[in-house]
Amino acid sequence: MDDKDSDDGIVLTEEQKRRRRARSIAIALSLGALVLLFYIVTIVKLGPGVLNRPL
Amino acid sequence: MSLVSGSADLTPPVRVGMTRVRSEPSSAGVEDYFALLKPRVMSLVVFTALVGLTVAPGHLHPVLGFASLLCIAIGAGAAGALNMWYDADIDAVMTRTAGRPIPSGRVAPGEALAFGMTLAAGSVAVLGLVANWLAAGFLAFTIFFYVVVYTVWLKRSTALNIVIGGAAGAFPPMIGWAAATGGVGLESVLLFLIIFFWTPPHFWALALCRADDYARAGVPMLPVVAGCAETRRQILIYSLVLVPIGAAPWLLGYAGLAYGAIAIVAGTLMAALAWRLKNAGEGRDAAQLAKRLFAYSILYLFLLFAVLLIENRLGVLFASGST
Repeated sequence: MDDKDSDDGIVLTEEQKRRRRARSIAIALSLGALVLLFYIVTIVKLGPGVLNRPL
Repeated sequence: MSLVSGSADLTPPVRVGMTRVRSEPSSAGVEDYFALLKPRVMSLVVFTALVGLTVAPGHLHPVLGFASLLCIAIGAGAAGALNMWYDADIDAVMTRTAGRPIPSGRVAPGEALAFGMTLAAGSVAVLGLVANWLAAGFLAFTIFFYVVVYTVWLKRSTALNIVIGGAAGAFPPMIGWAAATGGVGLESVLLFLIIFFWTPPHFWALALCRADDYARAGVPMLPVVAGCAETRRQILIYSLVLVPIGAAPWLLGYAGLAYGAIAIVAGTLMAALAWRLKNAGEGRDAAQLAKRLFAYSILYLFLLFAVLLIENRLGVLFASGST
């Protein structure tokens, strides 16, 4: 890593920062899609029963 | 799963001598992780699973069907990532695969392993919750079969690697069927058999063109172990067996006349190509024929499953229109 491994830790290049950002966005979008999928699947599988529970 | 930069490199494959121990931050792009999923293989898996799911009796809500297919696709991708993790040493010395994310150094082996394991566990669990646990069990077994039985065991030890290992690629229509019905039907077994007997001539046609690559990597593919002439003979035998098996859904009354006609004509064409390849001898013509057979075999499988799907949808359409 040449002189990048300083005492302050690893310093990322601009390209590495760009790729990390792209990965972070992809993970965020995937998690968002999963949340949406679970929500829709829950509604489809349970239908109105999703609200029907003993209080 | 360490997708972020600065993550420590996890354990590289034990047998691998070529993989570097990476200490610098990850330079992997999103496209590298996508490549780990083997998207082209995944597309075939999704399509055949879709056909299995669609032609199955009973009704699965479209949203649940979509979610099931997504799980099957992710499971197949996970198997691909784990395959690339284990085979990184082989990939590095083969021209066709040297540019893959792990041998090229863009993704660390440990990252690929974590990526594949996470997706495998997640896809199986979600399929179990969305569809049923039989389908999830099938998916888990398929991933296990592809990664452990084929990649770890058979690929490096026997020329029958893709004959037996081809079962992994043949399971998706059965998984789709199981997701829709919760069971296993004879028709889904027929779909399994079509892909199972299709895989050897398809893959050996490619292996004929890449025999040097496989020899350099020490993979005992049939052309390396038994020679090109024997491989061409085996391709012909499997292609001949494939013709009646391809037509079996029609012969047993599961598919219509259109499917039967197309299966017989397309299957005969494939056998004819295999016959020409067997008699082509060595040289450039033989290589061209092998490439043509490889390309045609993809078209053949796509055609069979597409016609099955169309016939089924039209049948549903006419049945609902007549009531």
